[in-house]
Amino acid sequence: MAAASGLMRRPLEQVSGLLRRRFHRTAPATLQVTVREAINQGMDEELERDEKVFLLGEEVAQYDGAYKVSRGLWKKYGDKRIIDTPISEMGFAGIAVGAAMAGLRPICEFMTFNFSMQAIDQVINSAAKTYYMSGGLQPVPIVFRGPNGASAGVAAQHSQCFAAWYGHCPGLKVVSPWNSEDAKGLIKSAIRDNNPVVVLENELMYGVPFEFPSEAQSKDFLIPIGKAKIERQGTHITVVAHSRPVGHCLEAATVLSKEGIECEVINMRTIRPMDIETIEASVMKTNHLITVEGGWPQFGVGAEVCARIMEGPAFNFLDAPAVRVTGADVPMPYAKILEDNSIPQVKDIIFAIKKTLNI
Amino acid sequence: MKKMLAAAVSRVLSRVAQKPASRVLVASCNYSNDAMFEIKKCDLYRLEEGPPVTTVLTREDGLKYYRMMQTIRRMELKADQLYKQKFIRGFCHLCDGQEACCVGLEAGINPTDHVITSYRAHGLCYTRGLSVRSILAELTGRRGGCAKGKGGSMHMYVKNFYGGNGIVGAQGQIAEAFNMAALWKLPCVFICENNLYGMGTAAERAAASTDYYKRGHFIPGLRVDGMDVLCVREATKFAADYCRSEKGPIVMELQTYRYHGHSMSDPGISYRTRQEIQNVRSKSDPIMLLKDRMVNSKLATIEEFKEIDVEVRKEIDDAAHFAITDPEPPLEELGHHIYCDNEPFEVRGSSQWIKFKSLS
Repeated sequence: MAAASGLMRRPLEQVSGLLRRRFHRTAPATLQVTVREAINQGMDEELERDEKVFLLGEEVAQYDGAYKVSRGLWKKYGDKRIIDTPISEMGFAGIAVGAAMAGLRPICEFMTFNFSMQAIDQVINSAAKTYYMSGGLQPVPIVFRGPNGASAGVAAQHSQCFAAWYGHCPGLKVVSPWNSEDAKGLIKSAIRDNNPVVVLENELMYGVPFEFPSEAQSKDFLIPIGKAKIERQGTHITVVAHSRPVGHCLEAATVLSKEGIECEVINMRTIRPMDIETIEASVMKTNHLITVEGGWPQFGVGAEVCARIMEGPAFNFLDAPAVRVTGADVPMPYAKILEDNSIPQVKDIIFAIKKTLNI
Repeated sequence: MKKMLAAAVSRVLSRVAQKPASRVLVASCNYSNDAMFEIKKCDLYRLEEGPPVTTVLTREDGLKYYRMMQTIRRMELKADQLYKQKFIRGFCHLCDGQEACCVGLEAGINPTDHVITSYRAHGLCYTRGLSVRSILAELTGRRGGCAKGKGGSMHMYVKNFYGGNGIVGAQGQIAEAFNMAALWKLPCVFICENNLYGMGTAAERAAASTDYYKRGHFIPGLRVDGMDVLCVREATKFAADYCRSEKGPIVMELQTYRYHGHSMSDPGISYRTRQEIQNVRSKSDPIMLLKDRMVNSKLATIEEFKEIDVEVRKEIDDAAHFAITDPEPPLEELGHHIYCDNEPFEVRGSSQWIKFKSLS
């Protein structure tokens, strides 16, 4: 494909290159990959690389995945690697943890993280705490993945964000990808990590395409767990977010840029262990901080960021109190007007930024 | 018998007649008041005897069950339409095909009994007492919905009906429930609406034993033809009597079928054939079965059923119109009903500057 587009752009060179029997590499074509495809690719590559890796969950095999994230994997890897389970989260999460303890590398899918509450004892007590409780004897190399947080109109029991709940627990690693690059790099790192990793995906992001840089197209493309990314450089204010809200923050930043306000947008990528250093360095530069998340405000991700900033060197650089933009403190209502006002919108982010900057 | 006939005739004639009087008179002479029907014998587990294999259906009851089932059928099909028109959002799990289950259940229990179910709940919402209007308006998220627009499809409640629930625990939690119910002899009927598929997975691929009526282990059970409203009614009466006579819990498996996929985002044909769905529709449709029985035993005429159909259609259309024209709940109510019996307090919105009042 790269060669073809090259031919379009520089026919003479290309032809002469061919004549000289030299393989002339043009700039790699930018690929558009959706978050869904990226996760699929990541899992596919890891399944191929290590036969101990397997995927289990509801509808993951013959149905191609409830959200089609595991499309094609059962056809390729068969019953032993891609396993449909009965609707029994506590049961199959327990089976998965046991398999991990015995040396396999399971990817345990929760159809949404709301259903993980049925199995949360396995995630926390059987997976997260075991290496510690065993004095370093028993690792649990398991990945729990699935969509997290609000979708569209799925109401109270299907819209909860679990970033704060899982981020609370020592022993767990928790990642929250935003775009396709994040999704692929983080799922691969999660699978290769020997610790229990919770991967909080987002259903509304599954179908969103992003440009996939050439590094991401490699089978060894990994994004380190525990490292945030500065998506947009800025000087006036640090805006920290994870998952879908990162996109909203970038939108807000674009709007504010026209008014001369330059936001530095940080994509956390990992909830636990949190990369507070990147946030601190940014705050020491901009002197202002807001956090944005989809989850509830009390005891949330933003609350933790703010607390840590107070404990570290960046506190003295703040010119205004840090501000949190979050979901509304209510169970998610169903009616559209209520739901729209229960999640952080671009206008809420802009408002909070201006308030913080006293504009 | 004659008195009832005369009463029926005068009732009909005194109404503003849409049908010519002569036709009514002719029709009424052909009615019987009730008829006896044979119903399928239930498979029994740990039970010496089961529900009767014959039952008497009165004309009045028959017409009532028909109307209820037809209302649910039309309501679900209207929901399908509204979902495709994007008036209904999120998840929508329809129960068309399974009407005999909820109507038969309601016919066998008292309004004061308590019922709880999963997300495929619209039929039960109706039989438990919610109007079609309040159900459809809840599906479209309007203030006239039974949960004021805050619950949606999976979270509809009414007195003695505890929803509508989105999260369903499976075998482990049921096993715990079975144990405690049996241990403490709780008067509980555990009903499994076996529609052969769990989402996109056939029962055989997910269950070590598909004899669900036996899965209560130490709890007796019966397996019932869930497409026959009379069979469901008799089995329910039997099960309810069993519990009420302090014998403890009982399991009831209703063999039924859903025409739609698991939800509106599942076409329902990737894991089963169109032929299978068509077969069930043509041979076992619960509404058709009841109507045929009643017509063949002269409990009612085809015309009467057609009239009921017309009335039901109108009721559904009116309800749908309400559901799409009623306004959404006011934004000020976003914070209400977090706690009950509580002093009013403030609820935080998406930032510290956005506040909503919370009233109980």
